[in-house]
Amino acid sequence: MNKDLNTSASLSFDDIGMIFPDGTEALQNITFDLSRGEFVTIVGPSGCGKSTLLKIASGLLEPTNGSVEVDRERLGYVFQDATLLPWRTVSKNVELLAELHGTDAQERKRLVQESIELVGLEGFENHYPKSLSGGMKMRCSLARSLTLKPPVFLFDEPFGAVDEITREHLNEETQQLFKQEGFAGLFITHSISEAVFMSTKVLVMSARPGRIVAEFEIPFEYPRKPDLRFDADFAEMCGKVSVELRGSHS
Amino acid sequence: MNTTKQKRSASAASLSQPSKIHRYTAAFLPPLILGAGVIGLWYYISFGLLEEKRRFLLRPIHSVIDVGFLDGDNRSESLKALWSSTEVALIGLSIAIGLGFVLAILMSQAKFLERAIFPYMVTLQAIPILAIVPLISFWFGTGQRSRVVVCVIIALFPIIVNTLFGLQSAERGMHDLFTLHHANRFTRLRKLMFPAALPAVFAGLRISAGLSVIGAIVGDFFFGKGEAGIGQMLKKHANRLNGEELLACVILSSALGVLVFWIFGVIQNKAVGRWHESNSATS
Repeated sequence: MNKDLNTSASLSFDDIGMIFPDGTEALQNITFDLSRGEFVTIVGPSGCGKSTLLKIASGLLEPTNGSVEVDRERLGYVFQDATLLPWRTVSKNVELLAELHGTDAQERKRLVQESIELVGLEGFENHYPKSLSGGMKMRCSLARSLTLKPPVFLFDEPFGAVDEITREHLNEETQQLFKQEGFAGLFITHSISEAVFMSTKVLVMSARPGRIVAEFEIPFEYPRKPDLRFDADFAEMCGKVSVELRGSHS
Repeated sequence: MNTTKQKRSASAASLSQPSKIHRYTAAFLPPLILGAGVIGLWYYISFGLLEEKRRFLLRPIHSVIDVGFLDGDNRSESLKALWSSTEVALIGLSIAIGLGFVLAILMSQAKFLERAIFPYMVTLQAIPILAIVPLISFWFGTGQRSRVVVCVIIALFPIIVNTLFGLQSAERGMHDLFTLHHANRFTRLRKLMFPAALPAVFAGLRISAGLSVIGAIVGDFFFGKGEAGIGQMLKKHANRLNGEELLACVILSSALGVLVFWIFGVIQNKAVGRWHESNSATS
């Protein structure tokens, strides 16, 4: 895949390769750009290096080849688990990143209130994580990153552990947030319908070592309604992605 | 309509929430029944199994209360000794907590420090106190200071092991979150590792609190110079075959152990009970 030179890119991968110390080659020649207003989802078989790519983007891992350009000061990152601190209430968890970034107390309070409203957790500010459902925990995790007003948001398969209906609700809320906040989103998932429903573009990754083997522009208008999932064009697009994904396994 | 609803919700609440009496009964009845059984067995052994001339081996409970607790002289002597041992236990426990925290924090910060320090902590814990009694008396004398040293040696290990385990218990994802947002070592320790460690820290504190009482009594047996502790009293009454006073001192020692264990349980509940998943801290 040739790199499409984009000077306004918020996140740029240039020929990324990753070989772990045990000799496992996880990624090969990953090159693509992501700009504000783009929501790109990567689908691929288990163990193909999707999460590794996100860790490289965030700086948690150093690639063995190539380079990444991104502003890591205000990077939004939603993990597979909500990673909430159990000893902090919802509002204190949401406040954490602003605290780590040294934001003053008054501004923190405003950001926390705003983020909690954005994800619909009003009324739960003083609850501890142990009393929240899986979906609410993920909302809290989203709200925590939103306090940074991140220009780039990385999602590492965040909704994999919640039930189907909650997952659909969270998909709808995330794409609304994306339109409202206008960040550049990079999303990892195993679910093709989730990928097609939320994204402006879907990238298909091959089995290990992960390479980008196909790219689909998703034409549906935002905001996307839940009914879109029953649309014939939506099903056709999911079918196309599925065929490529099956091919990438072989 | 509204009233009916309220009544319904009130009765639903009363059905789902066990009443206070029911909860207290469930909590206190089993130990009371067992306690009554033990007292019955005690009387059976004292009067049923032991002849009068051998009854000093287990005096009946009313006689223990009479001589050990209601006799003014005996009571004040025992309580004074108990207070002396409590002082030793508290000083020893405080030193063990301070030292244990510092060592556990150091070990949590660098793997090579953990590898260097931990084997010596295991060795220290494995040394029988009896084997180092002469050394302790050479270095610290035969008074309160040596009793405190014994207390520290006995109480230190659970604090170190539990604190270290707790500090290392924060999940990888949480550490990644702090790494992503450039948290320094101190911030990570203060906002992540230390709060995550609290449940394990309290588990260690409760064990060590009980051990510190044992340490104070054991120390008393070997280092009796100065104000007598409860260990000295136990020794004295055992030598004189004062069955009642001996049992009264045993009961007081146990009560002290239970009290410190309970106090740390209450603190644990206050500190982590609201958020900890297990919520199993009992007071």
